Amino acid sequence: MAAGALTDPGEADAARVDSDQALAAAYESEWGRIVATLIRITGDWSLAEDCVQDAFELAIGRWPREGVPRNPGAWLTTVAKNRALDRRRRSTSEASKLREVAIMQELESWGTESPDDGIEDDRLRLIFTCCHPALTLEARVALTLRTVAGLTTPEIARAFLVPETTMAQRLLRAKRKISNAGIPYRVPPDHVLAERLSGVLAVLYVLFTEGYSASSGERLLRNGLATEAIRVARALVQLMPDEPEVLGLLALMLLQNSRRDARIGADGELLTIDEQDRSLWDRSAIAEGTAMLELARIRGEAGAYQLQAAIAACHAAAATRDATDYARIATLYDRLALAHPSPVVALNRAIARGMSAGPAVGLEQVNLVAESKALDGFYLVPAAQADFLRRLGRMEEAANRYREAISLVSSDPERRYLERRLREVGH
Amino acid sequence: MEYMMFVATDPEAEPYDPREDNIAEWVRDVDARGIHVRGDRLRPVEDATTVRMRGGELLVTDGPFTESKEWIGGYDIIDCADLDEAIEVASKHPMARFGRIELRPAWPLEL
Repeated sequence: MAAGALTDPGEADAARVDSDQALAAAYESEWGRIVATLIRITGDWSLAEDCVQDAFELAIGRWPREGVPRNPGAWLTTVAKNRALDRRRRSTSEASKLREVAIMQELESWGTESPDDGIEDDRLRLIFTCCHPALTLEARVALTLRTVAGLTTPEIARAFLVPETTMAQRLLRAKRKISNAGIPYRVPPDHVLAERLSGVLAVLYVLFTEGYSASSGERLLRNGLATEAIRVARALVQLMPDEPEVLGLLALMLLQNSRRDARIGADGELLTIDEQDRSLWDRSAIAEGTAMLELARIRGEAGAYQLQAAIAACHAAAATRDATDYARIATLYDRLALAHPSPVVALNRAIARGMSAGPAVGLEQVNLVAESKALDGFYLVPAAQADFLRRLGRMEEAANRYREAISLVSSDPERRYLERRLREVGH
Repeated sequence: MEYMMFVATDPEAEPYDPREDNIAEWVRDVDARGIHVRGDRLRPVEDATTVRMRGGELLVTDGPFTESKEWIGGYDIIDCADLDEAIEVASKHPMARFGRIELRPAWPLEL
């Protein structure tokens, strides 16, 4: 760059755009890595977060003026590491001298060995520790967003609609428990790995659905959570490429999220898959989700996430409602109900049967679920009965069922959907 | 790390079945692994005595400090590498099935 180039406003803008892009990319790829290694070496979660936050703040100030460093990750690592060394030197903490010396030595040598030394392992350790079952589900979700995804405490508080102080307390309590209760910083050994991995996936799916199914008012704000969940799931796929359910979960999230822009109508009402404008579906997300599903299928027996992803893929592959392969969807629900029975799966299976074999069969199947009483008070049961009754032309009975569903529903977009249906059957 | 295992009853657990009570085996296992510091059953709450000093006066009362449907029926102090090991040890205790176990890390008082 020529001397004085930065006085040219055009060049200065270009430098800013470059550094913004580099910062965004570094946030994606470096935040979790650097925090994860700092936690392993120091055992101090707050120190690790603060030092990495400092490094990024310094980058925000410097990169636009001085240019993006050749290796942004190494630059950020060095800054964060030096901050950590400073802080440890200043606070001659209560920890024993011997341990302190070991920590300082390990910190100092960090980054001087082979570049990727154990860093991938550190990220996995971090994810498993954040999702440890001895923490509350709320704490697991918040901690994953803070340390793995690098969201700030105010951002997480806004996403969960709680005051910032509440979220700060929640995070602090979780970090204290990790240290006080002796929650280990490691990838669990083989004999508990499957169980703990399913716990990690459950946290990511909660994170995703929090964002995906957010009610209308907070929709824009909370969609970010679905994106973060996908980002962490992508990292997990890189770290555990042979685990079919990790691939299955990522596929499921991508395929569901591909319909994000199509699922809410002009007036904020919820649109069912049949009513959505399919041209609004995100084709690249569908392609990636379908590819992930294929990888999962190759790697192993179909788990719950993979089966759900396969169902989502059937919808995604259909150009119109009538082209949907409901017979295959019903078969997939049969398998899901067999391997992971639950009342909600039973209801979905009944609906899929109806879509494939006709409304009379659907009504009969949903009535069986209703008789089991397991879903008493759940609005989707009368809503599904109403839909099949409507298709059978039994409008009076349909209206009664829609009214019952409306009395049970809590989310606004869903209520509006039901009210619209009630008007359509002439009430 | 040292953990206290509070071995408690739980009205929602499966009913106690003496044939399935493998406590002797559990004790043998934790002793062999060098994890067990000590532990025992506790007499029922009817035999509890609560002690308080209030305004310099000793108050001794019959019974536990809280009345509840669940009570602590025993304790074990275990010395484990971390919480995962403590969870594994606790999960094999028969009362994890017939009751419930609360794990509390010791908080060393540095005097």
